[in-house]
Amino acid sequence: MAVTSSGTATVTLPTDTQILITREFDAPRHLVYRAWTTPELVKRWWHANRGEVTLAEIDLRVGGMWRYVSRSDDGLEVAFHGEYREIVPNERLVSTEVYEGIPDAEEHAALDTLTLTESDGRTTLTVLVEHSTKEGRDAHINSGMEAGMQDAMDLLEEVAVSLR
Amino acid sequence: MISGMARAATTADAFNAVAEPRRRLILDVLAGGERPVNDLVRELGLGQPQVSKHLRVLREVGAVEVRDHGRQRLYRLNGPALKPIHDWVKSYESLWSERFDQLDVVLDELKQKEEGDGSDE
Repeated sequence: MAVTSSGTATVTLPTDTQILITREFDAPRHLVYRAWTTPELVKRWWHANRGEVTLAEIDLRVGGMWRYVSRSDDGLEVAFHGEYREIVPNERLVSTEVYEGIPDAEEHAALDTLTLTESDGRTTLTVLVEHSTKEGRDAHINSGMEAGMQDAMDLLEEVAVSLR
Repeated sequence: MISGMARAATTADAFNAVAEPRRRLILDVLAGGERPVNDLVRELGLGQPQVSKHLRVLREVGAVEVRDHGRQRLYRLNGPALKPIHDWVKSYESLWSERFDQLDVVLDELKQKEEGDGSDE
């Protein structure tokens, strides 16, 4: 079979409160949308190989809620939830995103905009994460730092195993 | 009101400093080597007061350093001050890259299922 990898995600910081994630997929956008909005499918990719997604709830309608919980291999649990604000099937999905691990989490919600554009059967996905406050952005960055730490731990473990 | 205060408070942090497009341009130019302000003004096509204002923000977070050389003030990039941003972007990129690699697998299955059906879409 052909190698499916379409490259790594690109992350940029367009403004001081925005984070933009971009990636191209070798699949039509209605399938990317399905994988993004179907709980059983989200459970299969959102874990990022760092543990497992223990909960994925999606109530896909404007005003409906979503909630994901994941547990890393060493037991660290993180949870995110939000509310759908705008839904254009296969094209665009706007929702809030709350990282439950910080104080006053709701106040520091981000607004996430997923856009999918298709060309020749390939899909370009972008996620624009917009924070309304510096605290929200910093909390997001810190949650990323935790993930970074986790990376380091994983690497360390691999090294340890290879030395046995 | 409050948002105004929040904005003022954010200016002294490295993420904020590099988020401004013209400040990124300044950093790009300085990545090529040390420069006096006049060079930056000329290369960026901005007014001197504007360039000075951006340089001040960049200096506050340590992203650029300055030294006097004769009558000129020379600015240079200070990479280590920007390392936390670089590190964070890299780790966040790796988180999403791993998610998307898994998503590739899911999409492959969905594609095959759809072709197998030979039906809808």
